[in-house]
Amino acid sequence: MSAIVSVNNLTKVYASGFEALMGVDLQIEEGEILALLGPNGAGKTTLISTICGISTPSSGTITVGGHDVVRDYRAARSLIGLVPQEVNLEPFISVSNAVAFSRGLFNKPRDDAFLEKTLRQLSLWDKKDDAIRMLSGGMKRRVLIAKALAHEPRVLFLDEPTAGVDVELRKDMWNLVAGLKEDGVTIILTTHYIEEAEAIADRVGVINKGKILLVEDKTDLMARMGGKDLTIELVEPTETIPEELASFNLERAPDGLSLKYSYDAGGERTGITRLLNALQSAGLQLKDLRTRQSSLEEIFVDLVKDRP
Amino acid sequence: MNLGAIKAIYVSEMARFLRTLTQSFISPVVSTTLYFVVFGAAIGSRIQQIEGVEYAAFIVPGLIMLSVMTQGISNASFGIYFPRFIGTIYEILSAPMNFLEVVIGYVGAAATKALFIGIIILATAHLFVDIPIAHPFAMVAFLVLSCLSFALLGFIIGIWAGNFEQLQLVPLLIVTPLVFLGGSFYSINMLPPVWQTVSLFNPVVYLVSGFRWSFFGEGDVPIVASLLAISGFTVLCLVVIWLIFRTGWRLRT
Repeated sequence: MSAIVSVNNLTKVYASGFEALMGVDLQIEEGEILALLGPNGAGKTTLISTICGISTPSSGTITVGGHDVVRDYRAARSLIGLVPQEVNLEPFISVSNAVAFSRGLFNKPRDDAFLEKTLRQLSLWDKKDDAIRMLSGGMKRRVLIAKALAHEPRVLFLDEPTAGVDVELRKDMWNLVAGLKEDGVTIILTTHYIEEAEAIADRVGVINKGKILLVEDKTDLMARMGGKDLTIELVEPTETIPEELASFNLERAPDGLSLKYSYDAGGERTGITRLLNALQSAGLQLKDLRTRQSSLEEIFVDLVKDRP
Repeated sequence: MNLGAIKAIYVSEMARFLRTLTQSFISPVVSTTLYFVVFGAAIGSRIQQIEGVEYAAFIVPGLIMLSVMTQGISNASFGIYFPRFIGTIYEILSAPMNFLEVVIGYVGAAATKALFIGIIILATAHLFVDIPIAHPFAMVAFLVLSCLSFALLGFIIGIWAGNFEQLQLVPLLIVTPLVFLGGSFYSINMLPPVWQTVSLFNPVVYLVSGFRWSFFGEGDVPIVASLLAISGFTVLCLVVIWLIFRTGWRLRT
């Protein structure tokens, strides 16, 4: 696979002097879904805006499909669709006119069949003649997506597409993204919802304070960084942790009815067999066992917290 | 050339105009009629003729220019300010377009509207008074160039403006006085010599004079000066807009 979006040593300093991006390198593979995670103000939107041409890079280069976004902006931008974070829509025009307008901006001839397909996919077909100001918030977000897809982009940027939308729309969006991926569209989404990255992304990038902290395959990341917990529920409460178990660094619940063991699931030895034997020799009666994998959210919080 | 984008912008801007067609049509007709009642009937009954032209006819070119300039500015400034205000400008900035294509779309639509209103005023005036057109070709050229150049100015104002108040400020405080003091309703030859000289620094004088020349074969300043003035103004506006897009001033962060 080759990189369809290539960001090299990109910096962005705003006129105010604020350094939004500090030497960002990012290679996005063709056909993948990349989730960019980061707290507010991390530089997610600046990065997307700079790739899409809304913001100009201070230094560094960006290519999309091999085309430099500054020198060869026409070819680069033709490949890109953008769903902005804010619901920015002209209120007085109809849904179908809004989508047709977006297609026109990319110099594509009118295509009614494609328009219908896109609007149906987003459950907007019934609303196609409605003025945008009459639509609900969720419907407006769908219009934004339809506008971004209107010129059949090869790379789609979704800037926090599901912030404040209901469950139904979020699920619809995930399905849509999966469908686009099947058509070979590369998708980059920024999100606060780690659940979302976990559900749909192939790779996860973490950005904080203008720097990319890591970009990694989602499953590898979770396996590598994901600790697991084993919770042992006891039949009888225990006042202290028995001596036999001292080496396992167990956490005792305040009521004494459960013990928690943390281990690295990716490690060669998890120590579980040894622990179970030790529990037996300590004479503790087990009621239940539960294991839980730490989520991307915890990984993310750990990563961001550790950096100055 | 991204013709599709130009067309998309032009069509959507014209659609806004058509949504408010009644207002767009009625207001110039009403205001022209009012001007005729006030200037033509009240003042005209005392002035009779200026430079051999009946006063009511004499004010027609100035009247058309007044509307064309204010309409050109307000349409174009609103046209580009509105997407900046509601945030939809992101689409224009991330589309595969260069500055000229953006300008042709917005300014073309604004100039079309101004031209339409200029023609309505001419037609309305025709109901009140006979208007000879000595140089029809030049008249059309002046009209179209004025629509374009003031729409370009409006475009600049729309990019500069930080709020709706500023959007109104330039037309109200600068353009309207310049038009009224630019010989729209009088010949600057009627002014005391000092004010004649001062008037020569008012760019609108050249436009109104040239436009009037195309009707009556007489103007306050030589026709060549008028042509140079309007061409120079158009080029200046284009250069400013080119600089705006090159630096991304108020558009790209």
